[in-house]
Amino acid sequence: MARELFERKIKQIQDEILLLGSMVEQATLDSVTSFKDRDIETAKTLIEDDQNINDKRFAIENAILILLATQQPLAHDLRLLAAMLLVANELERMGDYAKGIANNTIRLGISDLPIPYRDIEKMGELAVSMLHRSLSAFINEDINQAIAIPQEDDQVDALFNKCYRTIVNGMIANPATIDDASLLLWVVHNLERLADRVVNICERTVFIKSGEMMEMDGSEDEVEG
Amino acid sequence: MIDNNNVIPQTKISVENFNLFYGKFQALDKITIDIPVNQITAIIGPSGCGKSTFIRSFNRMNELIPSVRTEGHIILDGKNIFDIDPVELRKQVGMVFQRPNPFPKTIFENIAFGPRAHGIRDHRILEEIVEKSLRQAALWDEVKDTLNKSGLALSGGQQQRLCIARALAVEPEVILMDEPASALDPIATLKIEELIEQLKEKYTIVIVTHNMQQAARASDFTLFFNMAENRAGYLVESGKTTDIFTNPKNELTEQYISGRFG
Repeated sequence: MARELFERKIKQIQDEILLLGSMVEQATLDSVTSFKDRDIETAKTLIEDDQNINDKRFAIENAILILLATQQPLAHDLRLLAAMLLVANELERMGDYAKGIANNTIRLGISDLPIPYRDIEKMGELAVSMLHRSLSAFINEDINQAIAIPQEDDQVDALFNKCYRTIVNGMIANPATIDDASLLLWVVHNLERLADRVVNICERTVFIKSGEMMEMDGSEDEVEG
Repeated sequence: MIDNNNVIPQTKISVENFNLFYGKFQALDKITIDIPVNQITAIIGPSGCGKSTFIRSFNRMNELIPSVRTEGHIILDGKNIFDIDPVELRKQVGMVFQRPNPFPKTIFENIAFGPRAHGIRDHRILEEIVEKSLRQAALWDEVKDTLNKSGLALSGGQQQRLCIARALAVEPEVILMDEPASALDPIATLKIEELIEQLKEKYTIVIVTHNMQQAARASDFTLFFNMAENRAGYLVESGKTTDIFTNPKNELTEQYISGRFG
């Protein structure tokens, strides 16, 4: 019966991480759909709802800090709580990417720019699928899954490069579209970054299980701006 | 969702301006605090700050020391404890001590002792009480076949749970625990803490502990006592344990819990 209460509280936080994850997944899918549909109303709602994601992240962070302060977690417990602190942060930043896409939907307005919708949609679906499975692996401490999922990041990167090429070619062909087309670059950039952050979650899963801190993908660091 | 503990519970014991003197020496200085019902309240503080003296006041154990004098009020369920017969009071407010102190009797007799003293003679009823108390103290499964063995033959952790069962046998409302795990190994300590957590559903628990981590792990509310320059103990800060250990308001509390004094 040792440490039942502590384990119950860890379980509660894990559930909250999963809940936060599903909020981020939904926000990402909705942001891509509303971008595709040029649905400015949904985009506005997504921007407002990002606050819920931020609030939940803080609630999780607070709950973890309380357990660190009161329960003296060690070994696996310590790694798990430290990892959850980081994963909550990753999820919150992913939520910001979805919000960023919604912002660009609004900025883009009714511009008649040619957009590689199918590839963007595919990127979104792939990234969200990776995210979903990475969180299951994280909670179940499934090290095999955690090692396998980052390999899919190559597909997201390939789609990103394809979209990038298409968008830049469009800019070259018609410099008048550069303003609007640069917004598209941000959309695909956000989805590509989201998948990179999924890799971070997988790294933390390996850390919980093995104590090993390892970089799992070769993609370069985030370039801001 | 995560923190569903924001409701302030009702008060079980209300302490108002309580002073306690050993002769001329003042050991407790104007303590005012409400102890919440069905919660675990931990008292922490450096040696000599009056923690034990304070909880011993709740069942008037200090009166057994001749030179002790008190001022102020301790109200249990609306009744001044100094107006309650001490024997009756100690039935309502039980106590568990630092070192397990089973009577040199069988396990059964250790538990049956209190109810017998309060007039229960029927063996069947006593058997029921013994089983119920041992179950509540999470000891039943370990001793149910050896109830006629001496309580002293149990391990330290089991002896302490036996003492908790003994305290439960007279159906108290409040259980005072004075360093209940300080003589136990870490696993036995965690067992006692889990047990205390289960007991709070039915009882109000006040626990004195030297071990800050234990207060952090096992309590809902924490009182931090310190010693003034004249060595009188006083209450520095009280609050939800999660607040005290993550964001105390008083600088002294901050220093004490982060190991910088005491």
